[in-house]
Amino acid sequence: MISIDNVDRALLRELQNNGSAKASDLGRLVGLSQSAAWRRIKRLEEAKIINGKRIVLDAVKLGFSVTVFLGVKLAAKGRVSLEDFERAVSAIPEVQLVQHVLGMYDYRLKVVATDLSDFERVLRRRIMTLPGVGEVESNVLLSEEKRNFVI
Amino acid sequence: MHKYVNYEKIMHSIDVIDKKILRMMQADALLSVADIALRVGVGTASCWRRIGRMEKSGIIKGHKAVIDPRAMGLEVEVSLRVTLDKTQTDAFDRFIEAARKVKEVNEIQTFLGRVDVRLNILARDMEHYQEIYRNQILLLPHISDIEALMVITNVMSKDGVPL
Repeated sequence: MISIDNVDRALLRELQNNGSAKASDLGRLVGLSQSAAWRRIKRLEEAKIINGKRIVLDAVKLGFSVTVFLGVKLAAKGRVSLEDFERAVSAIPEVQLVQHVLGMYDYRLKVVATDLSDFERVLRRRIMTLPGVGEVESNVLLSEEKRNFVI
Repeated sequence: MHKYVNYEKIMHSIDVIDKKILRMMQADALLSVADIALRVGVGTASCWRRIGRMEKSGIIKGHKAVIDPRAMGLEVEVSLRVTLDKTQTDAFDRFIEAARKVKEVNEIQTFLGRVDVRLNILARDMEHYQEIYRNQILLLPHISDIEALMVITNVMSKDGVPL
């Protein structure tokens, strides 16, 4: 693990808000020359702290107004292959996040749907038919605040 | 007669080609517009225009760098699922307001379901997590129940839209 200082943190904060920012603009924001900013970004990329770039879309404007988080328990642990479950669940288009977790559920899933009946279809036809699936708990997302964790 | 035009609807309507463009951009944010145009089968100029239109209407909000907390030494990620004491009318507001002040909380979500609020915590190690949990989380107001899910691995994280 590489050590990072406050200037790196400032760069990461900016990049979390605007992944397309140019090195010259980033440099100006944190008080560095363009080449110094570029070198620091390169170093953060090599250390995999910056691990790619992603487009941010407005799901609601694209017609996906329902987001549901599911807690999934596997029915018979030991008899189900985790790999099989993970492969099958990751292949469902509406599933946008799969986390293997420790606690009262085995997996945490994020499902994006156009409306509640679309969600019900995904739940019944896709999720409940997964290999080894047991108890499923659904919580419909009402609001979300994401904050910069680079502090 | 004055004809009513729903501009908002026009702004948001996208066709099959726009959808293909977005799909490409979601799969690989580093693709050049020329590459996208080639793969979708439209001219580069037309592809530029379409992307520009979707940026203007807010369908494309922008780009963000993916930052890996583990590579920064934040090894422990815990989802705290909180049930609030709803006999208190302002429980949600007061809880969320206090949760915002905990700097290790990087996500606050509210739900319709068995869970009321979920907090995502990022900590350096278990000792750090324990400290946050005992000294900050348990002091938040109006908690009636709390359950923890510790993230072992992110199996898949597209975190986009199924186009």
